Amino acid sequence: MDFTDSPEEATFRREARAWLEANAERRTYPGETWKARYGESDGLARAKTWQARKHAAGLAAITWAPEYGGRGGTPIQQVVYNQEEARFLVPRGYFEIGLGMCIPTLHAYATEAQKQRYTPKALAGDEIWCQLFSEPAAGSDLAGLRTRSVKDGGDWVINGQKIWTSGAHFADWGIIVTRSDPRAPKHKGLTFFFLDMRSPGIEVRRIKQVSGASNFNEVYFTDVRVPDTQRLGAVGQGWGVSITTLMNERLAVGDVAGPDFDEVFALARATELPDGPAIENAAVRERLADWYVRQQGLRYTRFRTMTALSRGETPGPEASIAKVVSASKLQDIASFALDLQDMGGVMLDATESPMRAAFQEALLAAPGARIAGGTDEILRNIIAERVLGLPADVRVDKELPFDELPTGSAAERPRR
Amino acid sequence: MNFAFSEEQQALRDQARKFLADRAAPTRVRRILESDAPYDRELWRGMAELAWMGTAVPEHHGGAGFGYLELCVLAEELGRCLAPTPFSSSVYLATEALLLAGSPEQQGRWLPRLALGEAIGCFALAEGTRAPHAGNLQTEARGGRLGGVKLPVPDGDVADFAIVAARAGDGPAGAVSLFLVDLGAGGVTRTPVATVDPTRSHARITFEGAAAEPLGAPGAGWPLVERLLDRAAVLLAFEQVGGAQAALEMGRDYALGRFAFGRPIGSFQAIKHKLADVYVAVELARSNAYYAAWALSTEAAELPVAAAAARVAASEAFFHAAKENIQTHGGMGFTWEFDCHMYYRRAKLLALTLGSTARWKDKLITRLLLGEAQPQASRADT
Repeated sequence: MDFTDSPEEATFRREARAWLEANAERRTYPGETWKARYGESDGLARAKTWQARKHAAGLAAITWAPEYGGRGGTPIQQVVYNQEEARFLVPRGYFEIGLGMCIPTLHAYATEAQKQRYTPKALAGDEIWCQLFSEPAAGSDLAGLRTRSVKDGGDWVINGQKIWTSGAHFADWGIIVTRSDPRAPKHKGLTFFFLDMRSPGIEVRRIKQVSGASNFNEVYFTDVRVPDTQRLGAVGQGWGVSITTLMNERLAVGDVAGPDFDEVFALARATELPDGPAIENAAVRERLADWYVRQQGLRYTRFRTMTALSRGETPGPEASIAKVVSASKLQDIASFALDLQDMGGVMLDATESPMRAAFQEALLAAPGARIAGGTDEILRNIIAERVLGLPADVRVDKELPFDELPTGSAAERPRR
Repeated sequence: MNFAFSEEQQALRDQARKFLADRAAPTRVRRILESDAPYDRELWRGMAELAWMGTAVPEHHGGAGFGYLELCVLAEELGRCLAPTPFSSSVYLATEALLLAGSPEQQGRWLPRLALGEAIGCFALAEGTRAPHAGNLQTEARGGRLGGVKLPVPDGDVADFAIVAARAGDGPAGAVSLFLVDLGAGGVTRTPVATVDPTRSHARITFEGAAAEPLGAPGAGWPLVERLLDRAAVLLAFEQVGGAQAALEMGRDYALGRFAFGRPIGSFQAIKHKLADVYVAVELARSNAYYAAWALSTEAAELPVAAAAARVAASEAFFHAAKENIQTHGGMGFTWEFDCHMYYRRAKLLALTLGSTARWKDKLITRLLLGEAQPQASRADT
């Protein structure tokens, strides 16, 4: 066992680091984000410039084939690059969905001409993509979606509503799964398209989250026309296409960003409780030890995954634990850190609260981390079914026509 | 990045699993559970023929001269089958104590026989139900004679000698030393003591003027105890991970085969999520154990922190897996006939045998505060 790079990995790491040193900026404080530095509109423009530069250097898609603008590199090179890039202040939340989910789906189902048309522009940041999947009544049960598509000549006409669409407000293109046949059982009546986000009839509304931030949108479709040439997969086969996209999502979702053991350990060392330093309190120490062990467990699990990649093998299922562990850990650490601040813990104030209120911010962001990209519950189902081989749940809705399924009203949002 | 066992080590694992599937099958473990036999002598002889006890003992001491990674592989397999043998006492503790602190004469006297499984050693630290520490040991050695009671001593009833942690009456006030005591000599009384896991024998040992020779520098015993516990913690963590994985698989298999309400119980999310959580705990423990194995095998400065983390994760994962395995089995899991209780018993026993999880968590934080080497800041790390 060792933790060093192979000679080839070390060479690539040196090159990646040198390029980043020359082209990227450092954070001015731990946890600084692109959006915090540049704001919304300037952030988008600068993100596009950054992406173009990264693509020109051959670093935008390391494992993709050169004929589509990729580098033709290995998965371990992508991991090495990601590790190096994480040390710098780079844009997050603009291109990941397009490059991680949408373009791979196009590559599985689109024509060669379409692949040639859309891939380079996505890589260079000229065109940003979003993914129109979830609906108010279809989240974990995505196949319960209701947005309708109806064939009309050479076009399809789309009506309905999508939600939790990251980046829809600045995206140029989107992939969408719709219901083309409500009389078919729910997984069998779906059809998948990609579409121009500036098509007439699309309305994007920002969603204000628990944290106050707005990273997501609701997207309304009123008689939106999409050419049949932009259909991905056969009519009624949209579920299979969606699975392709979601498999890529599982690969893209990893650890959750935010304060971790090191931050809460530092806070405990700096905190005085009525009976002495917090770091000498047995209850505090026990919690800290738990988080240390989880943090290190995830870290060494990543090492195991990297080892498999480095050997050219397919990683084992152990990588599937990362989000389910880290999202809850984030929430627990944040809550505990506010407890350590006692009455003052209620303040969300960048000057008064420790670490620029990172723990308060994390407390308000953590519920989303346990839901986005697969809820804790769905991830446990996936581990149980795909890793442990347990059977899928019994479904009462599998054979019935979709339009005969019972529905509820809980998905309707409170009106203000 | 090479954070995995080698092909040769995997081959050793395959060989060990095959051997143990036959020689340490659940029916054989159960035979020890249901008899007065302290351990499975036939299994022990078979392990000795494969020279497992000498895995990490250098060749000039009569060992096989492999390393700790190989020993970790064997520990995981032994833990997986709940092997009822004194392997952990003799190999992880007594052998390690001699390697760490034994004089050439002491090493020459015991290591070759330990490595061949001809002699069994044990480690005597606890003195009843209060957590032992440098300041509360009552056992005392004075003028080469040892007095006091050690209880419980794992494998104390079958061992040929004990490594005993005791106050050094001749040294500076309060100093602790390790002593090597021949348990066949005079002044030693041993009686078996019942534990929560009858597949692993324990004894009360009363010393009344037993001949005791110092092991290691006089008065330097407590840091030595800590070093010894750290090394054993890594190896036991692999036994725990092996046991946890086996309990998880047992629960999974039952959930697939047991039907209720017209369907396999493994199709209910209440069972699926329970077992998914066990899987997560086992993987976190396994990854921590791998890192500790690296630290042990390279004598890295990170060992104290890595060993404590591995011990905490593995102790919790094994007990978690064992208790939820019973729960998954429902009433059947609470019967003597099903093997679930054997994992449950072993899980709690191993979680206490080197000191409670709470104490190891405390040690972990103490060590992080001391700035003892933090996990290697690998270049390949984010």
